[in-house]
Amino acid sequence: MKSTIEYIERVSNGSVDIKKETEEVLSNLDSLNDKYHYLGAISTGLARELSNNVSIKPKGRLAGVYVSVKDCIAVKGVETRSSSRILSGYKPVFNATVINKIISEGAIIIGKTTQDEFGFGSFSTNTGIGIKQPVNPFDIQRAAGGSSGGSAGMAQVADFPHISLGESTGGSIASPASFCGVVGLTPTYGLVSRYGLLDYANSMDKIGPIGKTVEDCALMLSIIAGHDEKDSTSYNPANSKEKSDDGSKNIDYTKNIDRPISGMKIGIVKESLGEGVDESIKNKVNECASDLKAQGAIIEEISLAVPSEYALPSYYIIAVCEASTNLAKYCGMRYGKHESLKGNFNEYFTKVRSKHFGQEAKRRIILGTFARMAGFRDAYYLKALKVRTVIINEYKKAFKNVDALLTPTMPVLPPRFDEIKNLSVLQNYMMDVLTVGPNLAGLPHINIPYGMIDGLPVGVMLSGDHFCEEKLLNVAFNIEKNAP
Amino acid sequence: MNVDHDLIIKVAGLSRIKLTDEEVKEFTPQLKEVLEFFTVLDKINTDDVEPSFHPIEIKNALRDDTPGKCLNQEEALENTEHKNDGFFRGPGAV
Repeated sequence: MKSTIEYIERVSNGSVDIKKETEEVLSNLDSLNDKYHYLGAISTGLARELSNNVSIKPKGRLAGVYVSVKDCIAVKGVETRSSSRILSGYKPVFNATVINKIISEGAIIIGKTTQDEFGFGSFSTNTGIGIKQPVNPFDIQRAAGGSSGGSAGMAQVADFPHISLGESTGGSIASPASFCGVVGLTPTYGLVSRYGLLDYANSMDKIGPIGKTVEDCALMLSIIAGHDEKDSTSYNPANSKEKSDDGSKNIDYTKNIDRPISGMKIGIVKESLGEGVDESIKNKVNECASDLKAQGAIIEEISLAVPSEYALPSYYIIAVCEASTNLAKYCGMRYGKHESLKGNFNEYFTKVRSKHFGQEAKRRIILGTFARMAGFRDAYYLKALKVRTVIINEYKKAFKNVDALLTPTMPVLPPRFDEIKNLSVLQNYMMDVLTVGPNLAGLPHINIPYGMIDGLPVGVMLSGDHFCEEKLLNVAFNIEKNAP
Repeated sequence: MNVDHDLIIKVAGLSRIKLTDEEVKEFTPQLKEVLEFFTVLDKINTDDVEPSFHPIEIKNALRDDTPGKCLNQEEALENTEHKNDGFFRGPGAV
């Protein structure tokens, strides 16, 4: 298949019948969805409207590109429910900032992708009540990864020019990208506006692209990055002490992607190749390091003891604390599921929440409420925030010596659903061990597919310093070009 | 801290969630295991360390106090089933 950028050029010069093409894409989505369950809602009307706009004015940096959107991102008029039954029927009356941006560049939105309910999971097996789980594109008995499972699966199976918008809190872009064999980029915290994102954990949520190639992700990032005054945590270069080599002005992230990487320093994180990680995956990471070396990069082993041991508990405490407050608003009053108004407000809210939240949402709400209770707040929440500071400092120290860090993305190959059922709740959380560190510290990171083992995809992960996406994409592109 | 049935029911109640008996039975050992795991953090010294509420330093984002565009009343009420005379209708207060 030709590159997305070449396709956009053809659309822009009028040599694609975009309305006809859109009908073809739409006509195949139902059967695709029957098999894989990647879309919770198919936005036929919106797709037709947008393709009509493109046919009239075939301009824009995403002209004619089909985009699927994780269900936690608000799309005006399209059911948006974070794959939770409690939000069934909710049709936002506004677009998320990222949606306005991609529409103005000619993107055609085809639907909302399935996910773990509110992002609560690593396999997309925690979809809300009544919502089908996305399955792995290489083996439907196995998990697609999570929580952006529908986005990554869609990116793998789409046989048309397509990029998905995913979202990561603790690894929800990297994990499914790895399991589905596609590229997933999580940008620096604050680089992409969160306005219109249904929060999981505000201080860690990041919207990012999932696509077939590094270039596709770089293209999408170029469009969605940038300051937004509607998001108070959005990065504003004019108002920040944070030093960045490429910041967040209007950068074309595709521009320098193919520069040679000779002389770049890549750190292999020693702890990420320790116990609990499949040997076959470790071998792939070492193979990747050898290739980088052959391309002239300098490979150094590096130890990150504190993040490796403490990022997981610190991440989960902060995540459940923030989630339990964010989910307080879902009570059957203003949107989503309603019940008949009987009883007092406590009885009514309790009825709606107990009936329509899934099991993992309930668990995380209870954990987060407990960890914020008087008498426990300092021991859990505040402690976790302090540990986060130590972890950020350790990463910052590492990036004084290296340009990027190389690790596996996931410790295991995509597991079967029956294997996941036998995991304890804590074992489920442990699956995020390699991805939570960069997420907790707000660092950009990217999954790059690196060959197959037993017919299943393996991913390697590169992490970089805050706002060093350009450098990260450059190294990722050079890994991708020689990947098996 | 003893994580038992009563505590789980109490915390769930604070979160406006009523668990079934089966859920209480299932959640209690699960949440106990996770909360015990969290205490790993006790091993790391954080004296004199400031908490990071965000991963990057963020300054207060202020704007001029001038009215801008926002949802109109009709839009705000579009997704609710319980409305009356342009207002949300809620459950009884007592």
